[in-house]
Amino acid sequence: MAIEVRIPTILRTYTDGQKAVEGAGTTLDELFTDLDSRHAGLRERVVDGGELRRFVNVYLNDEDVRFLDGIATKLTDGDSVTILPAVAGGAR
Amino acid sequence: MRYDSPLAAVGNTPLVRLPRLSPSAEVSVWAKLEDRNPTGSVKDRPALHMIEQAEADGVLTPGCTILEPTSGNTGISLAMAARLKGYRIVCVMPENTSSERRELLAMWGAEIISSPAAGGSNTAVRVAKELAAEHPDWVMLYQYGNAANPGAHYATTGPEILADLPTITHFVAGLGTTGTLMGVGRYLREKVPGVAIVAAEPRYDDVVYGLRNLDEGFVPELYDESVLTTRYSVGSEDAVRRTRELLSQEGIFAGVSTGAALHAALGVANKAARAGQRADVVFVVADGGWKYLSTGIYTAESTEAAVAALHGQLWA
Repeated sequence: MAIEVRIPTILRTYTDGQKAVEGAGTTLDELFTDLDSRHAGLRERVVDGGELRRFVNVYLNDEDVRFLDGIATKLTDGDSVTILPAVAGGAR
Repeated sequence: MRYDSPLAAVGNTPLVRLPRLSPSAEVSVWAKLEDRNPTGSVKDRPALHMIEQAEADGVLTPGCTILEPTSGNTGISLAMAARLKGYRIVCVMPENTSSERRELLAMWGAEIISSPAAGGSNTAVRVAKELAAEHPDWVMLYQYGNAANPGAHYATTGPEILADLPTITHFVAGLGTTGTLMGVGRYLREKVPGVAIVAAEPRYDDVVYGLRNLDEGFVPELYDESVLTTRYSVGSEDAVRRTRELLSQEGIFAGVSTGAALHAALGVANKAARAGQRADVVFVVADGGWKYLSTGIYTAESTEAAVAALHGQLWA
């Protein structure tokens, strides 16, 4: 299953500068584990203690996954995932 | 329809179904044409409501100076109302907003103070707050924190939509001051069980990384996340692509932030269609495309060329 994952500038050190990479998984959790097998360290920057890090936003087909099922959000072939940092201070 | 003055003609805008962009007969997408307001944007509603509320509260009196941080539309609406009502107005806006917006503000007699492009609207807000501290006699209506902003939508936009479309299932609007979503959202939640309130947030490229964005550290005081059902983050490319589709397929000439709202509207509409659910999705056309003509996005040969044309500019 191919999922396109868009990588923010700040995390491109893990993807050899690539703006987007492909991954697989039936949930976001599985996807990040799969990505980490090729881009070691990436998962750690996005996930902390089994949850999304507070100052990272993840969008599934542009929809904020915090309003879906968070890291347990289910994925389908052809989905697009976008990772974005929440800058200094963050929201809320 | 007959009104006693131009200001009385704010609101009562058309709600139109988009037959070509709607996914199916069971799932319809509807556009609330807020560009049909007197100065051409949805902001006429909160601007007039904020001024009249301040007058009623005795805060705004004849001879007063109004101060507002604005990337354009609210300033234009306030400036028109200020001219008709006899107030002086000073607008603080980011220096990288389109020339049309500056011309329109100047046309209505507003004085413009530019804030640095870096930091976008957040910087404009900061500069305006500093000016307000220096000029305690100026009245900052402050659209980001003024309850009369969502109050205008609670009192007018929400009831208009529900009267026209009692079967509404989703309401989608851009997330800026959050006034439209908070006001219409609260109204519809009271009246329509299970209605979904969907935010479309602009996502700029890394260069501009425009700051009217909740995660950039500035959260409008009006924002209450519990009103929202979900939130979409829409990049420049999708916003431009949808703006062009709205024009080519439905003949609606809208601004770029409307393309972002349409993108989110089609996102929830297509999800409903895939799930076999009926849906009536309403999204807000915040303004027409006139103020963005100089960007060249409407006549560019391709979406890619249009996105390149928009590069580095704030579009919402």
